[in-house]
Amino acid sequence: MLRHREGDNELPDSSGHFGPYGGRFVAETLMSALDELTRVYEDALDDPTFEAEFRTDLARYVGRPSPLYEAKRFAASIGKARIFLKREDLNHTGAHKINNTIGQALLASRMGKRRIIAETGAGQHGVATATVAARLGVECTVYMGSTDIERQKPNVYRMKMLGAHVQAVDSGSKTLKDAMNEAMRDWVTNIDTTHYIIGSVAGPHPYPAMVRDFQSVIGEECREQCLELVGQLPDVLVACVGGGSNAMGLFYPFLNDINVKMIGVEAGGEGMQSGRHAAPLNGGTPGVLHGANTYLMADEDGLILDTHSISAGLDYPGVGPEHAYLKDTGRVTYETVTDEEALQAFRLLSACEGIVPALESAHALAQASKLSAAGDVEDVIVVNLSGRGDKDLETVARMDGVEL
Amino acid sequence: MSRLKSTFDCLRQRGEKGLITFITAGDPSLSATVPALTQLADAGADVLELGVPFTDPEADGPAIQRSSERALLNRVTLRKTCEQVALFRQHNEDTPVVLMGYLNPILALGIEQFAKLAHESGVDGLIVVNLPPEEAGELSAALKPRGIDLILLVAPTTPIERIEGLAQSCSGFLYYVSIKGITGADHLDVKDVEHKVASIKLTTDLPVSVGFGIKTPEAAAAIAKVADAVVVGSALVDILGGEKELEEALSDLYELTSALKRSIREC
Repeated sequence: MLRHREGDNELPDSSGHFGPYGGRFVAETLMSALDELTRVYEDALDDPTFEAEFRTDLARYVGRPSPLYEAKRFAASIGKARIFLKREDLNHTGAHKINNTIGQALLASRMGKRRIIAETGAGQHGVATATVAARLGVECTVYMGSTDIERQKPNVYRMKMLGAHVQAVDSGSKTLKDAMNEAMRDWVTNIDTTHYIIGSVAGPHPYPAMVRDFQSVIGEECREQCLELVGQLPDVLVACVGGGSNAMGLFYPFLNDINVKMIGVEAGGEGMQSGRHAAPLNGGTPGVLHGANTYLMADEDGLILDTHSISAGLDYPGVGPEHAYLKDTGRVTYETVTDEEALQAFRLLSACEGIVPALESAHALAQASKLSAAGDVEDVIVVNLSGRGDKDLETVARMDGVEL
Repeated sequence: MSRLKSTFDCLRQRGEKGLITFITAGDPSLSATVPALTQLADAGADVLELGVPFTDPEADGPAIQRSSERALLNRVTLRKTCEQVALFRQHNEDTPVVLMGYLNPILALGIEQFAKLAHESGVDGLIVVNLPPEEAGELSAALKPRGIDLILLVAPTTPIERIEGLAQSCSGFLYYVSIKGITGADHLDVKDVEHKVASIKLTTDLPVSVGFGIKTPEAAAAIAKVADAVVVGSALVDILGGEKELEEALSDLYELTSALKRSIREC
């Protein structure tokens, strides 16, 4: 159900706050659009035809449910734990991002918006947005940092093939955060005609809650599948966290299952000591960026720092405000995995299971490996395999000294 | 009485409209800021907006983005911005200075500490672009006892019933954003502005200034006919960021500012 159980996980509050985090820190021009979006979303939640349309699209267009697959050879090469993969990489367009863009495209139609914009890092959200825009026959512009355009070429071409205009962003660090700045500038300029599909559980209210709700299908399916396949709930859930939408989608339906441990994995880049990472929950402080109060990578003067990760999708100085809240309450633990560890997991899963994971998801695989290697018990670990790695082959090949 | 209030009272008595100028602190260099503020005041600017550089100016167009980037290269922070205001106050006791920027540098300094520093430096008002009144309670409570005005923005998309609430949480003046868009954009529609400002005036006695996208003396005059003050930013910032030597740029800054003030007076 999109409308979740009354009374338990009722955050955010009516003003969009998760404890001290979240909220709406935007230019006044956007306030009325956010009010409208909140209203339309709330109405949709109470409308059974909306939920039916959403579920039908997920089944027939996206190909849900995605399987829960036991990676036996991968697990056996590491330790004793049983490792299951939630195969979001098998969704249409190759990642979990489409769950959210399907939902927001339905809302855009309800609001009569004929133009869609998005920001993208790795290009997965950009592709998922260009896909729903093509299907609706509406104009689509995707903002992407020029650094990311360089390292995710296949996705750039896919977006163009789908009819989207990919707008290179050359300001600041030329990555995801700058793409988001530029998308917000576009939105204030074209507010009457345009819906902004934010791709993560980030941004101003209602985005963090709305994107979480659309992505919760991951955790709902996983819960059922795990009970059916293993006869118990998972012991541990592991997911990578950039903005944090795949993690929130997996975790949310399990938040009240207090025996299920949850681990979010941030990009440790070249190591936390190096300062070259993208791990605000582990190495940042609370502050305000892109519409929300949350943990950020910022210096002592409040200026946003450049981040580093091998994975474009995790290369972001902020994080969804609900993750900030879950960190503070201790319900979810947040760890870091370095570029090098993620690359090892990328290679291992490819070789052992015939599945090439996205570099983002490889961070979660690496964390699951660490857990299994350190423990001596047959825990059931579920890793969210949030996307497939075709887009990353060029990056990895280059590290191997091969030009494709 | 606050400097902003007395400035707007004086303008009203003289039947004159105000000119508000914007430059970024530390652009093109930290040592240029006080001379630039002085030139602007001497050329007739009634209120001086001073931008606090930020890495992610999400509501600003290319001119002010570049200006912010130049200032950041000079490592200019909120603290250093306040220092410049204090230096300016050694030469100028009368012209109000309003800081304009984004919330995170204020949070990093600490709201109480910022309010104290701003007050000691002679800051008169504050505009925080990404802080709507719903989230402004704590900051507002820290500024008020120190006589610093929190200036709020009204946008073309702001519903009329919301404007009343905004006006109640605001002091100094209301800032009407003349376009749906970012600073320095090109699609200003004077008729639209006229209608909206008239409806704002029905809800509040606060002076209403209008900014975003006003670049020339002609546009300034047209807007001044319908508002209490006109804000010009991108056009001034482009002068400071141009190729010219500082002395020449400052003299161009003076020329444009006097021309703007003249055309506003004559409107």
